[in-house]
Amino acid sequence: MLNYVLSRLLTFVPTFFGVTLISFAFIRVLPGDPIIVMAGERGVSQERYDQLAAQFGFDRPMYVQFWDYFTGVLQGDLGNSFVTKKPVWDEFFTLFPATLELSLCAMVLAIVLGLPAGVIAAVNRGKFFDRALMSTALVGYSMPIFWWALLLIIVFSGNLGWTPVSGRIDLLYYFPDPTGFMLIDSLASGQKGAFWSAIRHLILPTIVLGTIPLAVIARQTRSAMLEVLGEDYVRTARAKGMSPARINSIHALRNALIPVITVIGLSVGTLLAGAILTETIFSWPGIGKWMVDSIFRRDYPVVQGGLLLIAVMVMIVNLTVDMLYGLINPKIRKR
Amino acid sequence: MSLLRIRNLSVDFATASGKFRAVDGVDQDVNTGEILAIVGESGSGKSVSMLAMMGLLPWTATVTADEMSFDGHDLLTIGKRERRRVVGKDLAMIFQEPMSSLNPCFTVGWQIKETLRVHLGLSRKACHARAVELFEQVGIPDPERRLSAFPHQMSGGMNQRVMIAMAIACKPKLLIADEPTTALDVTIQAQILDLLTSLRDDNGMGLVLITHDMGVVAETAERVSVQYAGQKIEEQPVLPLFQSPHHPYTAALLDALPERATEKHLPTIPGMVPGQFDRPAGCLFSPRCKFANSKCKAEQPAPQGPELGHARCFYPLNTDERIAS
Ligand SMILES: Nc1ncnc2c1ncn2[C@@H]1O[C@H](COP(=O)(O)OP(=O)(O)O)[C@@H](O)[C@H]1O
Ligand code: SF4
Ligand SMILES: [Mg+2]
Repeated sequence: MLNYVLSRLLTFVPTFFGVTLISFAFIRVLPGDPIIVMAGERGVSQERYDQLAAQFGFDRPMYVQFWDYFTGVLQGDLGNSFVTKKPVWDEFFTLFPATLELSLCAMVLAIVLGLPAGVIAAVNRGKFFDRALMSTALVGYSMPIFWWALLLIIVFSGNLGWTPVSGRIDLLYYFPDPTGFMLIDSLASGQKGAFWSAIRHLILPTIVLGTIPLAVIARQTRSAMLEVLGEDYVRTARAKGMSPARINSIHALRNALIPVITVIGLSVGTLLAGAILTETIFSWPGIGKWMVDSIFRRDYPVVQGGLLLIAVMVMIVNLTVDMLYGLINPKIRKR
Repeated sequence: MSLLRIRNLSVDFATASGKFRAVDGVDQDVNTGEILAIVGESGSGKSVSMLAMMGLLPWTATVTADEMSFDGHDLLTIGKRERRRVVGKDLAMIFQEPMSSLNPCFTVGWQIKETLRVHLGLSRKACHARAVELFEQVGIPDPERRLSAFPHQMSGGMNQRVMIAMAIACKPKLLIADEPTTALDVTIQAQILDLLTSLRDDNGMGLVLITHDMGVVAETAERVSVQYAGQKIEEQPVLPLFQSPHHPYTAALLDALPERATEKHLPTIPGMVPGQFDRPAGCLFSPRCKFANSKCKAEQPAPQGPELGHARCFYPLNTDERIAS
């Protein structure tokens, strides 16, 4: 197992370098000049422009700039934001809990609904529930997030007035945020109604962000279950006189989980991509919104550093999933 | 009254290209403590007939029978819940592929204890003790350690022993062994067959041994039922069957035994078991039978009387006249 983890970590090295390079290049190939953007309406004199360019190091060749950045990254220094002047690293970890909270809620929603839905669909293959569920999943999968979010906002926030439209909590609540997770902090604050307010703010973003993973997990669970249900060991379980409920939920599901877990791991990347859009729509103060804002401001250090950190997070999640996979699939564990 | 009694069992599969009769009017009886072998080439409906009896066929199968009873239970009308109390407990089955028949995600110990817990309601400790005892009984060395192994960590032979231990966990009255040795090495085959026979001797259970191998039949069985293309075409106790087979198909199977071969090359039966699309109109064996005539090709033969082993043939072999002449 240790060897396995180490070898996986080793494969991170080229990926890490590649991601650093791509994130560095990505923001620079976009048209637009950070100095001009910073200067805003007033504009900037050529003199001042050259001065700023020298200060940010834009006057040096691109490969020197990259090497500077890369050696900094290796020392844990991602640079400071052009706009706030604060270290990118600090800003990222201040905002990350908000994104993590939203993503976790979306993932929990997707798993809690998607697994049983897939199992029930597989067991009732070809019947009404199966067809209805799979068509719904297809719709959910192909629905544009933006459109879906607006629809939910119009109905639940606009027409029904049940849920707030933006932010993580009502403005009238204020309390320290030691963990950065609003659900935990609001509960810990002891303020009446704070927790409930946090939940109401979470509902729509969670649904919007969880829809695609939910559809993916339901479909994958269904197809994995269908395959597993035809296996010899399922027939053995029936020959042992086990009940269908037990066979489906223990004997078959345990095997079907192996491919499903892989899919869950792979959808983490999609989830973070979705988080960017969702956070922008719901003004959710997480790294997604932060990244989008920074792209518009051409805040090079934030964009390149943020992308790199997100990529590292995805790599860590994938490694975790791989190890989880080993736990659930004994054939890999003992190798 | 016999332990298992089947009359006129037929199984039809609904397939994309229409109905397919995999089992056709089979009768079967098994008594307590008896070993019945069901023999025939692959595709003869041996597995399907026993799976139908166990209630293990997929929903595409339609099972019909005049009678199908086991140990006082009417298997034709039995409820699902009641069937689950019988199947796995008094009526057990093991399969051809021990590797794929065990769940790869659970230890073999978990899998055998599950049977003990669900059917007998034993406590954790009692389950463990009984599991160890069962592993010892089926000849698995170092049972304590083996209980925590996964199927892929053991050989095919060991896995088949686990399957057998699981099947006999609740002291069944009848054990169906569907080609239990086909996937195993020859030396292991003999060991497993010995194990099954000795378990029958110790527990006094009935044993149905499904096989395509007349050699296995000769070693193990007491009574033999020969099946071809879904029909039972002959049935006799093992000695008379080997001495004087009445159906040309049985005779051909016996001629194909290596130890009976007179020529240098093993005589094989030309052709194949008819499937869904090439079912002949008359005797199902007629396309391959060296005695076939026009009557055989036009009409289905009915079974002969018990003195001729119920042979489904117009011209049974080894009748008294033929022996006399
Ligand atoms: N689930 C199924 N659907 C359709 N046909 C089947 C199914 N299972 C078995 N059959 C067919 O039934 C026939 C008998 O199969 P089987 O009982 O497995 O033969 P064997 O004597 O080798 O055990 C074969 O022709 C097989 O193709
Ligand atoms: S009925 Fe005719 S074709 Fe069929 S087995 Fe007998 S002799 Fe052969
Ligand atoms: Mg078979």
